Amino acid sequence: MATNQTYYVPEQSKWPIIATVGLGLTLYGVASIMVNGSQGESTAGSWALFWIGALIMAYMLFGWFGNVIRESRAGLYSPQMDRSFRWGMSWFIFSEVMFFAAFFGALFYARVFAVPWLGGEGDRGSSNMLWEGFQATWPLLNNPDPQAYPAPKDIIGPWGLPLINTVLLVTSSFTVTVAHHALKADNRKKLKIWLAATIVLALAFLVLQGEEYVHAYQELDLTLQSGIYGSTFFMLTGFHGAHVMLGTLMLIIMLVRIQKGHFSAEKHFGFEAASWYWHFVDVVWLGLFVFVYVL
Amino acid sequence: MFSQLFSVFLTYVYTQNCYIREQAFTLRWPVRANTASSEGLDAKSDKNKTLWRHSMMRVHAKRAGVLLSGLMLPALSHADWGMNMVPGVTGTSNEIFSLHMTILWICVAIGVVVFGVMFWSIIAHRKSDDREPAHFHENTAVEILWTIIPFVILVAMAIPATATLVDMYDTSESDIDIKVTGYQWKWKYDYINDDFGYFSNLATSQDEIYNRLEKNENYLLEVDNPLVIPVGKKVRLLLTANDVIHSWWVPEFGVKKDAIPGFINETWTRVDEPGIYRGQCTELCGTYHGFMPVVVKAVPQEEYDSWLAEQKAAAEKERELTQKDWTMDELMERGEKVYATACAACHQADGSGAPPAFPALKGSAIATGDMAGHLDIVVNGKPGTAMQAFGEQLNEADLAAVITYERNAWGNNTGDMVTPKEVFDYKNQQ
Amino acid sequence: MSAVADTHAQAHHHGPASGITRWLFTTNHKDIGTMYLVFSFTMFLLGGTMAMVIRAELFQPGLQIVQPEFFNQMTTMHGLIMVFGAVMPAFVGLANWMLPLMIGAPDMALPRMNNWSFWLLPCAFLILVSTLFMSGGAPNFGWTFYAPLSTTYGPPSTTFFIFAVHIMGISSIMGAINVIATILNLRAPGMTLMKMPLFVWTWLITAFLLIAVMPVLAGVVTMMLMDINFGTSFFDASGGGDPVLFQHVFWFFGHPEVYIMILPAFGAVSHIIPAFSRKRLFGYASMVYAVGAIALLSFIVWAHHMFTVGVPIAGQLFFMYATMLIAVPTGVKVFNWVATMFRGSLTFEAPMLFAVAFVILFTIGGFSGLMLAIAPADFQYHDTYFVVAHFHYVLVPGAIFGIFASAYFWLPKWTGHMYDETLAKTHFWLSFIGMNLAFFPMHFLGLAGMPRRIPDYALQFADFNMVSSIGAFMFGATQLLFLAIVIKCVRGGEKAAAKPWEGAEGLEWTVPSPAPYHTFATPPEVK
Ligand code: HEA
Ligand code: HEA
Ligand code: HEC
Ligand code: CUA
Ligand SMILES: [Cu+2]
Repeated sequence: MATNQTYYVPEQSKWPIIATVGLGLTLYGVASIMVNGSQGESTAGSWALFWIGALIMAYMLFGWFGNVIRESRAGLYSPQMDRSFRWGMSWFIFSEVMFFAAFFGALFYARVFAVPWLGGEGDRGSSNMLWEGFQATWPLLNNPDPQAYPAPKDIIGPWGLPLINTVLLVTSSFTVTVAHHALKADNRKKLKIWLAATIVLALAFLVLQGEEYVHAYQELDLTLQSGIYGSTFFMLTGFHGAHVMLGTLMLIIMLVRIQKGHFSAEKHFGFEAASWYWHFVDVVWLGLFVFVYVL
Repeated sequence: MFSQLFSVFLTYVYTQNCYIREQAFTLRWPVRANTASSEGLDAKSDKNKTLWRHSMMRVHAKRAGVLLSGLMLPALSHADWGMNMVPGVTGTSNEIFSLHMTILWICVAIGVVVFGVMFWSIIAHRKSDDREPAHFHENTAVEILWTIIPFVILVAMAIPATATLVDMYDTSESDIDIKVTGYQWKWKYDYINDDFGYFSNLATSQDEIYNRLEKNENYLLEVDNPLVIPVGKKVRLLLTANDVIHSWWVPEFGVKKDAIPGFINETWTRVDEPGIYRGQCTELCGTYHGFMPVVVKAVPQEEYDSWLAEQKAAAEKERELTQKDWTMDELMERGEKVYATACAACHQADGSGAPPAFPALKGSAIATGDMAGHLDIVVNGKPGTAMQAFGEQLNEADLAAVITYERNAWGNNTGDMVTPKEVFDYKNQQ
Repeated sequence: MSAVADTHAQAHHHGPASGITRWLFTTNHKDIGTMYLVFSFTMFLLGGTMAMVIRAELFQPGLQIVQPEFFNQMTTMHGLIMVFGAVMPAFVGLANWMLPLMIGAPDMALPRMNNWSFWLLPCAFLILVSTLFMSGGAPNFGWTFYAPLSTTYGPPSTTFFIFAVHIMGISSIMGAINVIATILNLRAPGMTLMKMPLFVWTWLITAFLLIAVMPVLAGVVTMMLMDINFGTSFFDASGGGDPVLFQHVFWFFGHPEVYIMILPAFGAVSHIIPAFSRKRLFGYASMVYAVGAIALLSFIVWAHHMFTVGVPIAGQLFFMYATMLIAVPTGVKVFNWVATMFRGSLTFEAPMLFAVAFVILFTIGGFSGLMLAIAPADFQYHDTYFVVAHFHYVLVPGAIFGIFASAYFWLPKWTGHMYDETLAKTHFWLSFIGMNLAFFPMHFLGLAGMPRRIPDYALQFADFNMVSSIGAFMFGATQLLFLAIVIKCVRGGEKAAAKPWEGAEGLEWTVPSPAPYHTFATPPEVK
């Protein structure tokens, strides 16, 4: 509820419209790369669109966030404003949770319903008539139509790289919390060390994840095209990986800002937002580890 | 001036419409209200009791229709306009119909009460009549009451609905199994116990659709080969699709079930009265979704048996056709027919197609070029386009005939011909 | 001390900037609200024009005006444009204008993001509409874009359609986040949650629904994108996927979506009926709980759109019961509205006319919804015009009438002028007649067996289709009158008082009409 405090209503801003043009061009570019590419037409123009859009987006991100940081440092934001940002970030993370929920839902549906049905079990088990010889197993190492979707040779076991990755991410969630406490205690040195450690762990995770993908593609024939197992595997881990990348980028920016002397022990919402995001990425991973790798 | 023109226009169209309607008077879904009339009633069987109940429902339905039309469109009310669900000819459809009428009347009753109070307020409490507003704005007792009453009504509706649903889902102990496969834009019926099957295509001519010919009474609801089933037998339908999702619906059976590619859905029906029943595909399945009717012919058992024997013999003959030696003329003659039913919808009767969506075959590179390429596209289709793999849909003789036809018709005078045997070999070497 | 710190406040005298940059760069909730409303009406005309094409083709049996392929594109684009372009942005526009005024806030909580939310919409619809001109044509698989028709068999433009949906989704999510942050954080001192106006309450809950389901829509179109372009097999049985998976995910979004399109209208009507009954809203608390219950239930009913796809019977029964339950809280709302009118002191200006019609006709739509919820009966109704009748009854006299009622109710506040009451009443009566003529016969058509999404039909459907088309043309043409009324009202007319409606209540009526560019620089005190 509002109190009788100053509320900052920003002046006109050019950033949103620039962001719109940037995003529009980027996505239009991506779409036409895909469409023209699949029809064997030239994609040069599409790539140009994409790059122009991407550059505009980059320019916008620097400009817009720069703007916000400047305002924040000028002390224009009241605690109430701060609360608005907090609500904003929390609900944004909730929306991300729902995005992942769609893919987890797809995974559960495939495992619990679709694949067993195709293999002849349950209510729609007569579907197996169409796929003679198909056996329902999970992980799915043979597809109903192996011609269309060649099955993977094997899948990635949980107790190798994925376990290491789990340890890395859980540790990083821990280190970022230590960094946060350091910030609250105004211990800048400790803060930098622990935040840097978090970033190193994050990068290590990304490297290992990359290695896992290379292994999957080159040795196991586990690909996006290898049926529903590959589809759900790569969509879940892939989108998670993309979020880790984004989170890492946020953390790096936080480190840069801390180097520049931003944030105080009391006011550091930017840092908190990044760490919330990081925890969210971590929690999603735990879900992945359990449902994609272990079970 | 303008309004006059408009009314002349309307009158014109309306009369035209009446004309069309008159043609359709003998309508599909013929009124069978007297099936349960006196001659059946003295019989003691339960079946006749249900029939009697159903005929009462029909009376209700008629009354409802008349009432509704009387309320809504007094000037236009017309008995033959078909404004309510049909009770149908199966146990399921009758149960659904009675559910439908029950809920309808409950809703009407609730509506009368709610809108009654509302209109009373509107009429009796106007400011213009110097009404002072009352001051109440809460009453817990009333609010609890109008939460509970609807809930109870809902429970009352849910009970018969559950019973009907359970019944509809019981596909066990069937007498006949038929596999129904949806294709863009036709149905295939496979009698899996008897090892034969056939396609069922729309039989309405393009001329009728494009208003060049008068529309016949079964416009868009007629097919070349209807599904044939015996009366009084539990028929289990195994529904699937070849390309996209379709949905198989015959209103008079109360059966509607989606046909999903890669999966099989089961449903069943038992039809008690011989007759021809018509329905349509009800899931958007692409361009010609509106042109994919379902026609079922329910016949007495003896008639069914002889039909079955005929079909089996014919299927055997078809298989023999592949072995036979064909002449060019025979192939061309057969090819023209196959082309008209299977290909002309897209490529047009004169081979001109409808570019860019559907390429012309007249003078096309493939149809006048290398034979292997032509065989490939017709047998395997082109994934991702409307051009399907006809290898699964047509037999060897038809494939050979249509390919030969395409290579020689409309000035594509390549002089080539391909025999059913060659097609057979081509399919099997793959 | 001014409580609003605007870096340029002094220089601008709190007024709008001049020229086009006012609209491009604005952070003002009123400007943004106006843009949303104008955009929405433009889309309504565009989507409506497509409906006119549909109705013209269906005027008579046979193919006359368009080819089946184009007809499918029209149906698809009509549905998409009306849902995502007309109704949702209209409500966001109303939210932008009214929420800060109703809760005594200086603006929305995140004004720059607010601007971005808006401008993404024209961008998304530019892409969507441009697909009409692409080779292979626009999306033609229905607004529900079921796989595999939309994946393996979709036109090349599907990829563009997917990205357009992504952009709309981003816009909606940011808009919703803004609404929640505003409501939770910027209420005037003293305005506790249970004192919030109902429009605010319904929007709070709507925003929650949006944030919960728009990402799921994004998820399902992303899976489509992958199936189309990267060889995954989410919706392809040959790789172990299932086309029905698409429908589950889509309707997990889709059903809450339909409540997103009606809850804000519930809120607005809950202001208008008391105002013109000169009597407090009956059962405020139960109204709030009912909206909450509807929202919660909306997450567990999705498969009622899928009764014929072969859901196992246990699921079928669960979804049937859950769906039927929604009638209870919705009924509470209807009864409360009627009880509010009961023994009031009623007048019938245009907002009230639309609101009363809303209650009656929405309820009729609700009744047909309830009939559809009875699973065995739905086997006969599904994918026929009965469904089309149902959802047009809840959407046209539901959502759209709700929007008209709101527009007339608040136009004096927005423009400072009274609209032309006679013209507005004409607009109402023509709309009312046209709309019923267009959509009531669709019930009969559906029951008699006419499937939806077909360009041509069997002869026994001819008469009602013709009636329906005539009604649709009448309803459509009438909307041009609305345009004229609004333009006239913006340009002049009788000056509106701060509170033009005798019975109206709320903070928005405490500021002058038109509402100044910046309002509630100092939060008002609510007792
Ligand atoms: C604003 C949008 C909106 C709203 C509010 C609703 C409200 C409801 N809808 Fe509707 N619906 C749609 C938009 C909407 N719908 C759309 C767009 C589709 C089609 C999508 C597509 O396929 O393209 C659809 C389709 C649809 C179907 C699928 C039909 C099919 O495809 O076969 C079903 C099935 O259950 C259904 C049910 C309901 C129910 C039970 C309600 C309930 O919320 C209604 C509750 C209200 C009342 C019941 C009236 C008031 C209550 C009383 C007066 C109390 C007493 C009453 C009783 C006890 C009966 N809807
Ligand atoms: C909020 C949503 C909304 C709204 C407001 C409408 C409004 C209308 N709808 Fe729509 N409709 C849907 C949502 C909506 N619809 C959806 C979701 C579908 C399903 C799509 C699918 O199956 O995938 C659908 C499908 C649908 C169909 C079924 C198509 C089919 O199955 O093939 C029909 C058929 O009559 C129809 C008609 C109309 C009409 C006549 C209006 C009228 O109310 C429109 C009136 C408005 C105008 C006409 C614009 C204003 C006037 C002008 C621009 C001037 C020009 C006027 C003239 C030339 C007369 N709609
Ligand atoms: C549902 C529509 C449809 C039907 C029915 C259809 N086709 Fe096609 N056909 C197509 C489409 C679309 C293409 C173009 C495919 C592509 O993109 O190359 C095509 C391409 C072809 C070609 C290659 C033409 C060229 O030069 O590119 C031949 C030959 C052909 N079809 C033969 C047939 C035959 C024989 C039949 C009937 C047995 C038939 N088609 C039925 C849609 C159809
Ligand atoms: Cu097949 Cu619609
Ligand atoms: Cu729904």
